[in-house]
Amino acid sequence: MSETPHIDIDYVAKLARINLTDDEKSRFSSQLDSILGYIDKLNELDTDFVAPTAHPHEVFNVWQEDSVSSEMSVEKALSNAPKQRQNMVVVPKVVE
Amino acid sequence: MTQEIYYKSASELSSSLSRGELSSVELTKVIIERTEAVDDRVGAFNSFSAEDALAQADASDQRRSAGQALGPLDGIPIGIKDVLAVEGQPLTCSSKILENFISPYDATCIQKLKKRGAVLWGRLNMDEFAMGSSTENSARGATSNPWNLDCVPGGSSGGSAAAVAAGEAALALGSDTGGSIRQPASHCGIVGLKPTYGRVSRFGLAAFASSLDQVGPMGRSVEDVALLLQAISGHDEKDSTSYQEDCPDYSLAMEGLKNRKWKLGLPKEYFANIADATALEPVEKAIEFYRSLGCEIKEVSLPHTEYAVATYYIVATAEASSNLARYDGIRYTHRAEKFDDKDSVDIYCQSRAEGFGEEVKRRVILGTYVLSSGYYDAYYLKAQKTRTLIRQDFVNAYNEVDALLTPTSPSPAFKKGSKSEDPLSMYLSDIYTISANLAGIPGISLPCGYSDGLPIGLQILGQPFKEEELLAIAREFEDAHDYKNQHPNL
Repeated sequence: MSETPHIDIDYVAKLARINLTDDEKSRFSSQLDSILGYIDKLNELDTDFVAPTAHPHEVFNVWQEDSVSSEMSVEKALSNAPKQRQNMVVVPKVVE
Repeated sequence: MTQEIYYKSASELSSSLSRGELSSVELTKVIIERTEAVDDRVGAFNSFSAEDALAQADASDQRRSAGQALGPLDGIPIGIKDVLAVEGQPLTCSSKILENFISPYDATCIQKLKKRGAVLWGRLNMDEFAMGSSTENSARGATSNPWNLDCVPGGSSGGSAAAVAAGEAALALGSDTGGSIRQPASHCGIVGLKPTYGRVSRFGLAAFASSLDQVGPMGRSVEDVALLLQAISGHDEKDSTSYQEDCPDYSLAMEGLKNRKWKLGLPKEYFANIADATALEPVEKAIEFYRSLGCEIKEVSLPHTEYAVATYYIVATAEASSNLARYDGIRYTHRAEKFDDKDSVDIYCQSRAEGFGEEVKRRVILGTYVLSSGYYDAYYLKAQKTRTLIRQDFVNAYNEVDALLTPTSPSPAFKKGSKSEDPLSMYLSDIYTISANLAGIPGISLPCGYSDGLPIGLQILGQPFKEEELLAIAREFEDAHDYKNQHPNL
């Protein structure tokens, strides 16, 4: 990535599922371009033979019994949904 | 010297409770009155219920009078950062998107505190979803630094740090993804500890960056922080990243390590290019103090330090963009009233546009970008590899020394509003704290002096799962100085 990185803000905002105002688009695009410019310094490092880190102290094969242990009721589990009816989350119609 | 009850340490309060000189209801009333007197200026709390706290305190007193007290935290009011689930209480992450959310269950660390009889006290302000270093990015409004109300308390656990510093809670829980416990502790003149990644269960902690997040204790003394760490540590099968390592008795282990001649490293990269020399002075005095105890002080190198901020802002935003995908307007409280029903995804886009604040939007978009098709290898994978190099730097350093001494923050608390237009400069203020999260090692910040009346923190970074060593090293300094008895004038 030798050229200056540039975010296609409309495309990425759509992927992120966030509507942005025109003002936010112009502000974010210049701020994010400057952050990406800064991040570009990682390319100074040769990491071809370095293994990636996902967990700083790796743990392997974490298993547990597949047994029912939650005692949360359906009502409680749904209690934070903006709309619910008959033990279901109500959503707008998406299929005609 | 008489000291206000609200400024007494949790361990002193605990002794008073067990000797019957004070009841938990009396103590809790003092804390509530203190909070009501100062919180309109400090703004540490998003919400609290005096009635609920007094009911918990009353239950504690009844246990105690029946001879069934549950240990040193029984009856002690502990403030909770608004990112941890307490059944039946609000959990907002200081975000509009969770404004009406009520937790349907307890986080594991909360359950552990309940088992030890602690009085869970209120919901403490933070940067929205823990994204920030100033507690200004909050839907509820900014928290102020109790030492100077024009300044920020640091962040993201700014409410927790300010509440403890101002005597509005005896102890508090915070969370630390890139310095969010240590940096506000440093700015507010208190002690804050980020445990080793995996030491404390993350179950019930609203996720920001899962491979970096850790819950930790904040208090007015090292002993208090040890007490709270003891209560929340340990393996939890509900968090597959929590570690099977045994936890020692921290207070006891700390005693046992007293007067040890530690080998302490000064990472040279952390002391080069210090912009604010007056902020460094107290840290240099602290280093001299350890030398005077007969500790060996040695320069070490963490050569990949300059890449830490870039690495962090890729890993953290990538994980955040994935974790925050759940806030979709369908299942969690806020849904947009008006959206384009011809476009099947607009309900998500509009609910998130209304519910998230600016910094959260910025980071979710950055995280989405670095994970997007064609960029994953160039950014996310590259950052994970750099993370390995940063981790290896610490492994090498700990072959030479027991722990590292550094400033916690490049400068004391800054003025509100002074960095909000420039996200990159805000990110760079985390330079000394974020490597510990990338490497998964523990770190503590404790007060070591002042610059222009604002507290300065000394950071001690330790080896994985050796929190007791950090506590012991920190206590040597604390015992020889009077900072834990110095409080802001409010």
